[in-house]
Amino acid sequence: METIKLVYPVEGGDLIEAGEASSKMKLTLKKLGLPQDVIRRASICMYEGEINMVIHADGGEAQVEVDSDQILIRMIDSGPGIPNVQQAMQEGFSTADSTARELGFGAGMGLPNMKRYSDEMTIDTVVGTGTTVTVKIKIPQ
Amino acid sequence: MAMRHSVVLDSRRCRGCTSCIKGCPTEAIRVRGRKATILPDRCIDCGQCIRICPHKAIKSVGDQLDILSQFQYCVALPEPALYGQFHNLDNIDIVLNALLKIGFHKVFEVAKAAEMISDYERQCICSGPPDVTPQISSSCPTVLRLIRMRFPKLLPHVACTILPMELAAILARREAVAETGLPPEQIGVFAIVPCSSKVTAARVSEGLQEPVLDGAFAIRDIYLRLLSPMKHLEHIEPMTSSGIMGLGWASCGGESSARLRERCVAVDGVSNVIRMLEEIEDGRLPEADFLELSACTQGCVGGCFAVENPYAAKMRIKSLMKGQPVSRNRFTLEGAEREIVRRDKELQYLPAFVLDQDLGAALNKQLRIQELESHLPGLHCGSCGAPSCHAFAEDVVLGRATVDDCIFKVRERMRSMAGKEEADDYLPPPFRRQQHETSRR
Repeated sequence: METIKLVYPVEGGDLIEAGEASSKMKLTLKKLGLPQDVIRRASICMYEGEINMVIHADGGEAQVEVDSDQILIRMIDSGPGIPNVQQAMQEGFSTADSTARELGFGAGMGLPNMKRYSDEMTIDTVVGTGTTVTVKIKIPQ
Repeated sequence: MAMRHSVVLDSRRCRGCTSCIKGCPTEAIRVRGRKATILPDRCIDCGQCIRICPHKAIKSVGDQLDILSQFQYCVALPEPALYGQFHNLDNIDIVLNALLKIGFHKVFEVAKAAEMISDYERQCICSGPPDVTPQISSSCPTVLRLIRMRFPKLLPHVACTILPMELAAILARREAVAETGLPPEQIGVFAIVPCSSKVTAARVSEGLQEPVLDGAFAIRDIYLRLLSPMKHLEHIEPMTSSGIMGLGWASCGGESSARLRERCVAVDGVSNVIRMLEEIEDGRLPEADFLELSACTQGCVGGCFAVENPYAAKMRIKSLMKGQPVSRNRFTLEGAEREIVRRDKELQYLPAFVLDQDLGAALNKQLRIQELESHLPGLHCGSCGAPSCHAFAEDVVLGRATVDDCIFKVRERMRSMAGKEEADDYLPPPFRRQQHETSRR
């Protein structure tokens, strides 16, 4: 089965530019003719992941794999890690600093949204080493 | 139905310079055999290429005025942007009276229909919130095509109303039938439009199954013909029925301000429009109620058929608003008649960018595109006739070009045939490892 791989670097420290990777991915997904709803969910997940990486981890990398069954998005960073994943998954819980909050981010909806809009989500995190959030979006056959 | 674009190439003037290919927001132009060619499925009639072409080889053609002779009775539907084209014009009636001297029997202002549409929209706003927000204006045909092609998810956001010139055409024909007793087909109804996309829309409507106009003339073509009769009017019959709101539709922001209470965003210029649609698609502007999107700078006054620059035209229209009532027209139709302001066909998705209808095949093509693109220089030089290396890779995979159309790929092959790894001579200057004496001179 054909699998295409897309890699997007996510620059740290620039909340204004966050979202670029998801825009670029969306353009490719549209060209593949995927269902609108799948594209929408994938780009929401990617966008939330980008914001998280910018706020908490000084950037990272987004890797996307698409085959005819699913879209797999890996948001990989080498940031501080998440000490308590269960807590981080609660809506409204955020450790974002005041700068991010002043810009309207850090509402504590990032990870919950990624969970809501994906079919599967896993978080691999090691405190002090980094975090990889993987989401899977199934393509209806 | 096949698209009938109004943007055409004058191949005698085109030198194949590639200036146009990069300015096209939908990457719809390729240069082949020293001439620009337009991929008709991708063209949205925005007119960017017309503005960019240094040789004036890309044009848009409106209808020719002599088609008036095919009709017993002709009605002109001037778009409000027309009024902004004239120096020192202080009375719209001068323009309208002059239209009667160049072959039209009657004038029905598009601004009047625009006010009716605004009133209809206000009535809708009062009757409750729409199913989806933000609502997106349906008044720019280029934007409609863009959404159909690139933002299908947003189609349900597009307002249900037809173009003001279309409503004007329907009403003008009715009035003319009532006044003359002629059968409707002997009445010619013609819009005077600021842009190529409205010429196309007069032929193939985005929202109506059957076109309601008999043609559309470019403002530029009508302008010169009007100048002399405007100077020599013996009597100026009061004719205008547009208020401030209707005139406002000529520039971006006018349609929004006629909606009164809503939070509106007015965006002009096709690249800004694309950016805004991307944000809306991602749900990043939840507080907006309405989006007014104009493909041209400053709105219709910036259309490629305008004579005057858009900023000056906007200023003039503003000064024509002075002393006018806010609005002179209401939408008073009742019952089933109210439907005439609405589209009678759905806006369909136009998958012009999809690589293949079959997902497996599309993935395979995308894979090949990425593979090829990774070996292209990324200079986007345009020598292959495509706007970017990515577009070129797509063209190769979709069979519209071959790899050897890339001058860098050819030079690369020549270098390897010469057998010299370091033979910089085969590389163009941006890729040479050392700056040559010759290139420094």
